[in-house]
Amino acid sequence: MTVLLEARGVTKYFGGVQALKDVSLTINAGEIYGLIGPNGAGKTTFFNALTGLYQRDGGEIGFCGAALRLSSPHEVAKAGIARTFQNIRLFANMTARENVMVGRHSRTRAGVVGAVLRDRATRAEEAALRRRADELLRYVGIEHRADDIARHLAYGDQRRLEIARALATDPKLLALDEPAAGMNATETASLKSLIEGLRADGLTVLLIEHDVKLVMGLCDRVAVLDYGEKIAEDVPASVQRNPKVIEAYLGGAA
Amino acid sequence: MDIFLQQLINGLTLGSIYALVALGYTMVYGILGLINFAHGEVVMIGALSSLTVIRLLADSGLPGPVVVLIGLLAAALVCMALGFTIERVAYRPLRNAPRLAPLITAIGVSIVLQQLAMLTWGRSYHSVPPLLPAATHEVLGATFTEVQVIIVAVAAITMAGLMMLVNRTKLGRAMRATAENPAIAGLMGVDANRIIGLTFVIGSALAALAGVLVSANYGIAHYHMGFILGLKAFTAAVLGGIGNLAGAMVGGILLGVIEALGAGYIGDLTGGVLGSHYQDVFAFFVLIVVLIFRPSGLMGEKLAERA
Amino acid sequence: MPRKSWLGMALIGAALALAPIVVGASLGNAWVRVLDFAALYIMLALGLNIVVGFAGLLDLGYIAFYAVGAYLYALLASPHFGIHWPAWAILPLGAAVAGLFGVLLGAPTLRLRGDYLAIVTLGFGEIIRIFLNNLNTPINITNGPKGIARIDPISVFGQPLSKPVEFLGITFSGVMLYYYLFVVLALGIVFVGIRLQDSRIGRAWVAIREDEIAAKACGINTRNVKLLAFAMGATFGGVSGGLFAGFQEFVSPESFGLMESVMVLCMVVLGGMGHIPGVVLGGLMLTVLPEAFRHGAGPMQQAMFGKVLLDPEALRMLLFGLALIAVMLYRPAGLWPEPRHRRELAK
Repeated sequence: MTVLLEARGVTKYFGGVQALKDVSLTINAGEIYGLIGPNGAGKTTFFNALTGLYQRDGGEIGFCGAALRLSSPHEVAKAGIARTFQNIRLFANMTARENVMVGRHSRTRAGVVGAVLRDRATRAEEAALRRRADELLRYVGIEHRADDIARHLAYGDQRRLEIARALATDPKLLALDEPAAGMNATETASLKSLIEGLRADGLTVLLIEHDVKLVMGLCDRVAVLDYGEKIAEDVPASVQRNPKVIEAYLGGAA
Repeated sequence: MDIFLQQLINGLTLGSIYALVALGYTMVYGILGLINFAHGEVVMIGALSSLTVIRLLADSGLPGPVVVLIGLLAAALVCMALGFTIERVAYRPLRNAPRLAPLITAIGVSIVLQQLAMLTWGRSYHSVPPLLPAATHEVLGATFTEVQVIIVAVAAITMAGLMMLVNRTKLGRAMRATAENPAIAGLMGVDANRIIGLTFVIGSALAALAGVLVSANYGIAHYHMGFILGLKAFTAAVLGGIGNLAGAMVGGILLGVIEALGAGYIGDLTGGVLGSHYQDVFAFFVLIVVLIFRPSGLMGEKLAERA
Repeated sequence: MPRKSWLGMALIGAALALAPIVVGASLGNAWVRVLDFAALYIMLALGLNIVVGFAGLLDLGYIAFYAVGAYLYALLASPHFGIHWPAWAILPLGAAVAGLFGVLLGAPTLRLRGDYLAIVTLGFGEIIRIFLNNLNTPINITNGPKGIARIDPISVFGQPLSKPVEFLGITFSGVMLYYYLFVVLALGIVFVGIRLQDSRIGRAWVAIREDEIAAKACGINTRNVKLLAFAMGATFGGVSGGLFAGFQEFVSPESFGLMESVMVLCMVVLGGMGHIPGVVLGGLMLTVLPEAFRHGAGPMQQAMFGKVLLDPEALRMLLFGLALIAVMLYRPAGLWPEPRHRRELAK
């Protein structure tokens, strides 16, 4: 099994608060890796530190066998890590198709001159871009909404569109931040099969999720964060029995 | 050395006026997150309306300072009504609109106020009757006038009063709470609309005072005086850390001093290439430098962008 | 393209071609001049539309680029330095220099958002104006507040546009000739704008406007793409400025005040941010209506009250200010917004 992503000692401070304490984890190529933990445990902070939205205060991240020293989100995206957001962040007034097309920005090249002259290369690229966008919309199951404005889409469809947009960047690792949040049981079930389909197509998925049932049913391995520290990392069944994890989830509430 | 002291005194005077105006910007920004672009024009209206009253009473036999005080009160009333109206008409309906919309209405309000002032008071420069004690004194080779002393003292007392109001009273607490989070403050029984209205009213009263003081300082007032003053006061607010009252005061004084010293020395510094008419460049330069290197200002908290 | 839109375009073309002849004959050359300015302002507004409308960066100092283009033309084609380059050499240079200024002014400000950016760009605009006003000492570069006069007119194929030409029995006056030049260039800029809007770059601009963080996560180098918007907008501003200088044969700092920036911004916002036909409408309206008002308000007051009660110029600005407020309150997306999306401002 090849290692796709290796985080070592990732640390992040907010003022005096240490939001991430030496978090290390390894994600293997082709697996679905869950990141869970109580509210405020630092899951999204880890996401942001991974995708370059936050500057890390310490630690290293290796990706595809090379150190990921990139500091800005667009470079991280280009390197092959795509993400979605906990509170959906679509380009609300663009169509679904346009949203996905924007996702391919770093995989396309046309500049101002090409845009104005519409030379053959630009036209070809634009046509390929459109085809790929429609393909991805079909893949996530919302091809019938391609020409609709993103903010007019139903909630579940917006989640799917965000995934399609992330897929458009041709990622090696897809990081999903609570994709099932706010979904009903039917929507969650179809999301689950979508994610399984992604894995079947060879993609590696990093999943932050609150829905423990979804995580346990879907993930190959799970890491648990609590107060910014990784307290467990294992297959779901054994994580579920880990006393520290039970303590974190129940003890925190008591 | 005497240039230094002289410019320091001038800068302090100008700076306390900037500080008063900056408070108006910073209070509104603190609560609404909005640049009240029209605030400078409110200062101008304050200056000109006080001037009208002062001229009416100039020959009434009342002592000069009393006349100025009456003029100030009249101007304060006009400006408070104006501030209240501006908020109601141009900002409140757009409170949930994107930020560009209130900025455009604010520009509209500025234009309207300027043109109304021009229609009312004409295009000419008005000289302000010297009713305040204007004797000059000399310290270490620098001169200062009693008007300057009055300006600094009045500004200092007013700002101290404002700090008391905001930090010690129930109203002040409600203002701070609304600035923190209007929705939560509302849940706690604070009438956010009332507080926002009051903020505009208080800021406008300060603007009226600043208008009276600035016209006393220069001895002239005209319909176009508000724009550049407002811009500089906004710079002062940003310099101090917008949203932060103490920051606005510090920023105002600092900007006044920087500007005065800059104007005093720019000729020497550049070997006579640039003259004192570049004075206005300093304010903008400071503004740009601050926003680029320390957007949260000298005393502002660092705001991290949320993901 | 379907036949119907060819027909529409032919009609628009005919109307544009005939407009100065009709207007000149019925209202006089002063009004053709107004049309010339309308075309210039439309070019400016389309340039600013890239920055504000597409990329969502509020620039209140845009007129500075107009000033750069205008002064460059003035310095390179006037007796001031005794240089007389042809317009066709200066205009592209002006575009390039203005674009460079766009990048230089844009680079340090791009981390700022919304109204902060507005204030900083406003500051930059004022700084440029102050320098234009004062760079007459110690070396006289800009000739200070007096401005630069006797600038060479623009020539096309050796024919200076300031001189009338006879063609098909019609005498085309200088303002008419300039009209044709400006309209052709404005159409060019419309074309460029439309092409850009529907392209990889245009989508990236809109994405940044809609959600900058998401745009970054999509692999967009937001800094570069924003700089590109600044540079493109500034380029259009620089071209318009050069045309302005050649047309007026005179430039002075007072043509480049904050009010001008505000005016161009209002054309964009009132017309319909990000929507090219709306911006064209905005530019046309805000040039022609105030002019009509300026001519009409005095005589109208005379007729109604027997004398001119209110300064028409002040009244014009007053109504302009009120219109800004009213449009924002009642049509926050502008008068002619994008029909497909009522974008951003429409809530």
